[in-house]
Amino acid sequence: MNTDLTRASAAELADALASKSISSVEVTQAHLDRIAAVDGQVHAYLHVDAEGALATARAIDERRAAGESLPTLAGVPIAVKDVMTTKGLPTTCGSRMLEGWIPPYDATVVRHIKAAGMPILGKTNMDEFAMGSSTEHSAYGPSRNPWDLERIPGGSGGGSSAVIASFQAPLATGTDTGGSIRQPAAVTGTVGTKPTYGGVSRYGLVALASSLDQAGPCARTVLDTALLHEVMGGHDPLDSTSIDAPVPPVVEAARRADVAGMRIGVVKELGGEGYQPGVRARFDEAVALLVERGAEVVEVSCPNFDYALAAYYLILPSEASSNLAKFDAMRYGMRVLPEGIDAPTAEQVMAATRDAGFGDEVKRRIILGTYALSSGYYDAYYGSAQKVRTLIAQDFARAYEKVDVLVSPTAPTTAFKLGDKLDDPMAMYLNDIATIPANLAGVPGMSVPSGVADEDGLPTGIQILAPATKDERLYSVGAALEQALLERWGAPILSRAPELGADLVKGA
Amino acid sequence: MSSLSREDVAHLAGLARIDLSDAELDKMVGELAVILESVAKVQQAPIADVAPMSHPMPLTNVTRPDVVRPGLTPDEALSGAPEQELGRFAVPRILDED
Repeated sequence: MNTDLTRASAAELADALASKSISSVEVTQAHLDRIAAVDGQVHAYLHVDAEGALATARAIDERRAAGESLPTLAGVPIAVKDVMTTKGLPTTCGSRMLEGWIPPYDATVVRHIKAAGMPILGKTNMDEFAMGSSTEHSAYGPSRNPWDLERIPGGSGGGSSAVIASFQAPLATGTDTGGSIRQPAAVTGTVGTKPTYGGVSRYGLVALASSLDQAGPCARTVLDTALLHEVMGGHDPLDSTSIDAPVPPVVEAARRADVAGMRIGVVKELGGEGYQPGVRARFDEAVALLVERGAEVVEVSCPNFDYALAAYYLILPSEASSNLAKFDAMRYGMRVLPEGIDAPTAEQVMAATRDAGFGDEVKRRIILGTYALSSGYYDAYYGSAQKVRTLIAQDFARAYEKVDVLVSPTAPTTAFKLGDKLDDPMAMYLNDIATIPANLAGVPGMSVPSGVADEDGLPTGIQILAPATKDERLYSVGAALEQALLERWGAPILSRAPELGADLVKGA
Repeated sequence: MSSLSREDVAHLAGLARIDLSDAELDKMVGELAVILESVAKVQQAPIADVAPMSHPMPLTNVTRPDVVRPGLTPDEALSGAPEQELGRFAVPRILDED
């Protein structure tokens, strides 16, 4: 294992902790030191809980010393996306609306993390209410890509991807409504999975679009991602869409890394025009490596994917406009009184608060959703989008009759510069063009690093998609590809990222 | 397809309970026009006779045994309230004068 504990994988840390060659306090403190040294540059955390993390670490060390048998990841620290409620820790969702809000309860995912004995280092930055592909819509300022601090770390989970890529945590949680785990993973050279819809509980996640939202794991290796997937997933009676079945055998699949005999479909509609040459080149090479490992590759057509982006940007705003109605300035969150009105009504207070508390992108989507659902336009917009959703699910079903998994580039380009797409909402939306179909159909997807683009030296990602509840296939393919690429490169992709003020780390 | 006028956007903002400023309204009219033009593409898809899909999985009603289980205490429930009084949420007046 690397002597710098922040460079080790979660699996390596878990082994070293289990054999008592290191303590959780040492591992947690090493990450807190790293955060102190580099997060001023990266701005990936909105809140760091040093005291709480160390308290958990001490408790785990004591329990281990007492001979207790502990869960695999006990003592391995983690960062939690700020969309998940954490009892006693601020949860802002990247919005002024929830500035300073301390939830009185834990999300089920957070409860699982605590039960697994994992110290929570802090909460990670995100686009406001998970609306965005860059973290630039965070009310607290953007996070930066550790590969180039002038570029975006993806979004909405850019805080989590940046934390992982800059060694400020070995693991982080994410949520993916249209690509918010996978696209940030692709542009930072990390791994992320959106499980099958219903595979991870949504209880305690601030909802964006309830029929699309799915929480999942973020990490630097496929095995680490699987280990966290196993902790996060499972049936939860508190989420009525939670799948009542065991977590798919993702860890076993990641360890076996076997694609021999597997049929892999390259989606014709995802990867042509509009995709950066370097992204396409690394994708083609990755597919060739899977063939070398014994997979069979065919081209598959999913013609209705061409309508996915349009359907998504009707369904998502519609559901969001309804979900975000709860921010009414009455029970929790911000309350702003309108100027120039004596004794304002609740409705006036609500309208003033929502103008002050929501950012531009959130307002845009709420108003778009309000329109799409309004009488007279419902059939033309929301109704049509729901029918397109059926067509996309049928495209997937037909494809999976022929192949075991589908693959495509995760994002059409490498990380763009901060500010580049901020004034052009449609250009920003196009980042999700390859990731959206999976959310519409509810199928699982993963992004794995495929290399760096020749033209800019920035990371590229390959997306793997599997049929619903067959999440383990993502890990078979992802791990096989990761192994093949590692043999080729000789070192993990993140060893090529520039050093971030690491000389400032105490004791390093 | 229809495009949105400034008055339409102001009306929608009212329905959504967002007190947009004039400058915000001006900006949003143009942005929504671009987005709406793009998302209208759903109408060109081969959707005739296709059933709508609202959810990725078949939904069934979920029930639980009717037994008491722990919930939030009154203090916890009120812990994020902008204003509270006598153990209750304090809200602005509900009725308008006219």
